[in-house]
Amino acid sequence: MLQVTTITRRVDPHLALDLYDPEAELLLLHFGPQHPSTHGVFRMDLYLDGEIVVKVVPYVGYLHRAVEKLCEKLTYAQITPVVDKNDYVAPMTNEQAINMAFEALLGIEVPRRARWIRTIFAELQRIASHLLWLGTFALDLGGALGGGSTLFLHCFRERELILDLFEDVTGARFHYNTHTVGGNRHDIPAGWSAKVKAALDVIESRLPDYLSMTLANRIFLDRTRGVGVLDGELALELGVTGPILRASGVDHDLRRDAPFHAYDELEVRVATETDGDCLARAKVRLREIEESIRLVRSLVDGVPEGVLNAARPIKQPAQFKIPAGQAYVGIETPRGELGTYVIADGSANAHRLKIRPPSLHALSALPHVLPGATVSDAVVILGSLDPIMGEVDR
Amino acid sequence: MNEHLRALLLAVVVVNTVLALTTFAIWFERKFAGRMQSRLGPTRVGPFGLLQPVADAFKLMQKESIRPRQADRVLFELAPLLGATCALGAAAVVPLAPGVAPAQLDLGLLFVLAIGAVTVLPIFIAGWSSNNKFALLGGMRAIAQSISYEVPLLLAALVPIVLTGSMDLSEIVRQQAEGRWLAVWPFFLGLPAFAIFLLAMLAESNRIPFDIPEAESELVAGVTTEYTGMKFALFYLAEYAHTLIASALAAALFLGGWDGPIAPGLHWLLLKTFVLFGFIYWVRWSLLRFRSDQLLSICWRWLVPAGVALVAGAGAWVAWGPTP
Repeated sequence: MLQVTTITRRVDPHLALDLYDPEAELLLLHFGPQHPSTHGVFRMDLYLDGEIVVKVVPYVGYLHRAVEKLCEKLTYAQITPVVDKNDYVAPMTNEQAINMAFEALLGIEVPRRARWIRTIFAELQRIASHLLWLGTFALDLGGALGGGSTLFLHCFRERELILDLFEDVTGARFHYNTHTVGGNRHDIPAGWSAKVKAALDVIESRLPDYLSMTLANRIFLDRTRGVGVLDGELALELGVTGPILRASGVDHDLRRDAPFHAYDELEVRVATETDGDCLARAKVRLREIEESIRLVRSLVDGVPEGVLNAARPIKQPAQFKIPAGQAYVGIETPRGELGTYVIADGSANAHRLKIRPPSLHALSALPHVLPGATVSDAVVILGSLDPIMGEVDR
Repeated sequence: MNEHLRALLLAVVVVNTVLALTTFAIWFERKFAGRMQSRLGPTRVGPFGLLQPVADAFKLMQKESIRPRQADRVLFELAPLLGATCALGAAAVVPLAPGVAPAQLDLGLLFVLAIGAVTVLPIFIAGWSSNNKFALLGGMRAIAQSISYEVPLLLAALVPIVLTGSMDLSEIVRQQAEGRWLAVWPFFLGLPAFAIFLLAMLAESNRIPFDIPEAESELVAGVTTEYTGMKFALFYLAEYAHTLIASALAAALFLGGWDGPIAPGLHWLLLKTFVLFGFIYWVRWSLLRFRSDQLLSICWRWLVPAGVALVAGAGAWVAWGPTP
């Protein structure tokens, strides 16, 4: 388990520029929001001395859709498809998080079968999400007109296999709306586990190719080793979670430390690295793909029999009410701890609903790690943090 | 026939051939990249998508020609033209077949290298005149990269010059006739020099892993950020023509140019050129990009010393080696 540590306050990374070099003419580069490598609409104001980043001011909010407010206006039953679009690379975990918060408020125990299926979904989603990250990271490193795009399209090809699996269950390839309060909406079809194992075999057989294009490639190593070092203490202070935190040497994974779904019946081997640089983050994510493949393999054959949903199907959304109270549920998504904090007032709408996205906290590391890096490194560091602007801005 | 008229005719033929080859090369690359990425590449326009370059050209011609208000008007318009001219100019001295070269220059190789060195100017002009920060950064990177890689390029090209005792490309190829290719013998000089030449050429023509001035994941599109339509197409064309001509040059310098059995010389030159071209694209679609400082450190720490050693070795070989 994680022990509580006291942390000393750090120097403000927002360096006063006139202290840096009063005579220097710094170049202010508006990096984004319309830039191919900002992973959506993210803007950084880079103050450059030549090619060296001296200071960075990140701006978020270009993709703000008032999701939290929307969630307060919609009834509980209507919220799930909305939060699908938050982390649009891992929609499964989004809807799991929000429904788990409602279940915690209602005190419903989710049937074991539903919890197993949720675990399988979460792990498959992790593979898909990390594959997409690997592809876009390669794009950041190698450009859309080069080796990067080759790796990108290969990763996309493998991700398709997982989307096909989700489509078999839910009918949707991306925004599933398959989790409900108390369980799952769609049961897995007959013969699905064979398909899952076939897809995992394909992905596993192709993983060595990706490793040879990344971790065994000198250019990849040169570009990522020692770049964007984030130490564990700072990561904890900033609230960074997930693979980035584990790459900084903090052994923390909610799947093992605060088990949800069916993780209490599983042994999750948490991947950690100590260097805290982009290479460590890449290694952690690649090992998590392997670990997720192993977990899904061990789960998919033994899905327990039983009911899929503890609650009755919601026929009238406005009549579905949650008693007054508050709950926070944090689960480990591919990007880290996705927290949902709900205050219910006894009606069919939440009084307040707050989503804690892991990507926002990951981005908060930028002002600390970027200064001193070049523009090229800035792109790589941003890519290694794997931000999804949909959940950052909500 | 009037000498000047003949030269003009040949120039028209060569320029058009290079342009036609370039469009074909673009098709080839797109197909090649598609297959590498488990895609099909262009299939819609014409048989096997062969007319895709034509469609692309038409598309680019229809685009609005935008010039930023703050851009330097003259230089902004001039840069793409200069770029294409420089890239095509180098084609003038490539020996196509025994006794056939658009221009027979005693210092042909020097001419090519000089033209190659000038190629960086249009790129920097484009970066500077666009009045765009991304373009400016790209232009700065282009200058650093091209000037650095000029050195190993010259050193690598010096090896065949020393070995053959000539700066005339036709003469260099003639001395390699009947299989006496420089990459084959003396291989310990020819092969490394060939490798350095190829690497430096990759850097000169801004190909991955050295496409740092363009670096579209960092600098949007580098120097060409503000260019649209045919002006952009000219840059694009210049880049491909540059790569193609560089491949032809490498073939002429180290792989015996038009030399080969049975088929006529031109076929052999084209074959070697396209094999090298294919190699460049193979590299391009499988590698990632270096960072600017890493690129320069490779150049100055490895390529330049190796080039100097090779030139010294070539001198020693000519002075004391076995006489052919």
